[in-house]
Amino acid sequence: MPVKPGARLMQGNEACAEGALAAGLSFFAGYPITPSTEIAEYLAEHLPARGGVYIQMEDEIASMAAVVGASLAGAKAMTATSGPGFSLKQENLGFAAITEAPCVVVNVQRQGPSTGLPTSPSHGDLMQARWGTHGDHPVVVLVPWSVRECFDLTLHAFNVAERLRIPVVILTDEVIAHMREKVVLPEAGSLVVEDRARPDRAAGPALPYDDRQGDVPPMTVFGDGHRAHVTGLIHDRRGYPAGPGPATEALLKRLQGKVDSRPELVIAEEEETADAEVLVVAIGCVARSAARAIRLARAEGIAAGLLRPVTLWPFPGERVRAIAGRVRGIVVPEMNLGQMVLEVERVAGGRAPVHLYPRVDGNLITPEEVLGSIREVARG
Amino acid sequence: MSTALAEKYLRVERLPHIWCRGCGHGIVLGALVRAMDEVGLDLDRTVVVSGIGCASRAAGYLNCDGLHTTHGRALAFATGVKLARPELRVIVIAGDGDLAAIGGNHFIHAARRNLDLTCICFNNQVYGMTSGQHSPTSPRLSLAPTAPYGHLEREFDLCELARAVGAGYVARAAAYNPRAMTRLLVRALDLRGFSFVEVLSQCPTYFGRRNRLGGAVDMLKWQKEHTVDVARAREMDPAELEGKVVTGELHRAEYPEYTAAYAELVSRVKGETGR
Repeated sequence: MPVKPGARLMQGNEACAEGALAAGLSFFAGYPITPSTEIAEYLAEHLPARGGVYIQMEDEIASMAAVVGASLAGAKAMTATSGPGFSLKQENLGFAAITEAPCVVVNVQRQGPSTGLPTSPSHGDLMQARWGTHGDHPVVVLVPWSVRECFDLTLHAFNVAERLRIPVVILTDEVIAHMREKVVLPEAGSLVVEDRARPDRAAGPALPYDDRQGDVPPMTVFGDGHRAHVTGLIHDRRGYPAGPGPATEALLKRLQGKVDSRPELVIAEEEETADAEVLVVAIGCVARSAARAIRLARAEGIAAGLLRPVTLWPFPGERVRAIAGRVRGIVVPEMNLGQMVLEVERVAGGRAPVHLYPRVDGNLITPEEVLGSIREVARG
Repeated sequence: MSTALAEKYLRVERLPHIWCRGCGHGIVLGALVRAMDEVGLDLDRTVVVSGIGCASRAAGYLNCDGLHTTHGRALAFATGVKLARPELRVIVIAGDGDLAAIGGNHFIHAARRNLDLTCICFNNQVYGMTSGQHSPTSPRLSLAPTAPYGHLEREFDLCELARAVGAGYVARAAAYNPRAMTRLLVRALDLRGFSFVEVLSQCPTYFGRRNRLGGAVDMLKWQKEHTVDVARAREMDPAELEGKVVTGELHRAEYPEYTAAYAELVSRVKGETGR
C-alpha cells in the first residue's frame, strides 16, 4: 500500500521511492548527492516502519557494495545516486552483474562531467548506464518521463531484476526527479510483484550457478544452508574460480543472453508514428517536449511522430528500424552532445537520415527547439 | 589440523590452496577454523566475506557461505549481508593493502558503526597477489618492487586505528603462535559488535626475499623475538618497547551494537506509527 493512498501531488524522486516500497524493497543504502537525495530521505523515513533497513554508508562505493551484499542475503535492495556517484558505483555494479545479484540503481542525471552542474538536468549518462562498468555484462536501463512512470518503472525494475538476477538501472534527470505532478498510486493488491526463484531447501544444498536449471539459476541466498561461494572471478556452476576456456565463454554468453534472448523486455511508446514523415526519438523529459512538438508540427501540416524508448537498453531497435524505412528523416533531440543518436543511426542503417539536436547548457530542450528540427527535416 | 576438522570446515575439494610455500596465511586459516570450532559456529548460518588479495582467497576454502568481493570492499558488502540477515554470523577476511589502503574508509566506518562483524586482517606487509609491492603496513625504508630505494612512509598501526574509531574488540596475534591466535579469535567471535584481529603473517616469497629476511622459519623467529604480550608491555618503558610489536587483547569496550540499535529503532517507529 502506498504511504498515503489517493490522489496526491508528488515528486519524481518520491515516486521512485514509493515504487520501490510497492515492489517490497527491504534494504536501501545510500549516500547524499544532489539531485537524488530525496529518494534516500523518503526511504529513511518510511522503510523502518515496514521493517526494512535504511542505511547511509560512508561513500557511494560502499552503498553499492552494501546493496549487493544485502541482495545476496535475500533482500530486495536499491540505491540512488547522481552522476559522480554513478561513476563510483560502476565497480560494484559489475560485481552484481557477474554474481547475478538482483538490485536496482536509480541515477538522477545531472550535467557532467565531474561535478558539472549539480542542480541542472542532463542526459549525459546514457552510454555509461550501458557500458559503465568494465567487461561485457547484461543490464536493463529504464527511463521514465513522468512522476507516475517513476513509480511504475521502479516497481518494474525490481521485477526484472528479480526475474533475471541482474542489476537494473533507472535513469531519471533533475527535471523528472524534482517535478511535481498529481498522481494516484495503484492499490497494492492490483500490482504484480515478482520475487527471485530460490532452490527448494528440502532438496538439500544447491549449486549457486546451476545453469542446468536454465539461464537464470535459482538463487542460493546466504543463510539458506546452501553454503554457496560467490565471487567476482569468472566461476563455474559451483561458484568456484575457473580459468580461460569454454566455461568462461559460456558464463559470459549466458549472462548477456539473459537480456538478449528476451525481446519482451523492450518497451517503447509511440505517438502518431503510423503516418509519420518525420520521426522524433526522445527519452525522459526531452520526450515531453517532443510530444508537444509533434502536435505543433501536425498543426502546421507536418506529419510528425514520436518514438519514446522506455527501455533505453535494450534499445527498441526493431521498431526504429521499421519506421526508419518509411520516414523522410529522424530527429534525435538529446541533452548531451550525441549519445542515443549513435544507436538510432546504427539501427536505422541508412534507411533515413538522422539529425541530432544537442543541448548541453544545463537547460531543458523546449518544444519549439524540437519543432525547429522537425521543420528542417520536413523541408528536406 | 585434524582431518575431521579440515573436512568439516574446509572445502577439501579445493585444496591444495594457492598460497606460496612458507606463507603464513595457512596458519591463520587453521587458527580461524579451530576458533570457529571452539565457538561452535553453525556453518549454515555463517558467511565469510573477503576482498581481493592473497588473504581474501581464504573465503573460498571455508565450507560455509562465502563472498569474495571487490578490492577493499569486503566490509561494505558484509554490512549489507549482516543488516539484511542479522541472525547470520559474518566474518570478514582482508589483507593489509585490501583493508588499510583501498578499503581504509570502509574499515573506519564499519568499526565506528560497531556492527556485529568479526574482521581479521592477515598482515603480511605487502601486496602479495601482485608480487610484493609496498602496502600501508610496510615498514619505513623496507624494499619493494615499487620502493626499490626504500619505502618512505611510516607503517600504519591498524589496531590503534580500530581502537580510536570505536571497535568493540581489538587484538593482535602473530603466525608464530597459533594457540594464542586461536584464543584471541575465539574472543573476537564471541563479541557482539565490531571485533578486529590483526595477525602478523609472513611472506617469505616477496617481502622476505626482497628484504633479505631469510625463509619462513627465520621470519617466524623474528616474530617471536620482536613481539611482546600486552601484559608484559604494560610493565616496560617506551625505550624497551622500541622496535617491538605488542600482541594480545589490546582493547575491549561496550558500545551499542548496530543491528540491535536498529531493531530498537524499528520497534520504536512501528510503535509510534501504530498509535
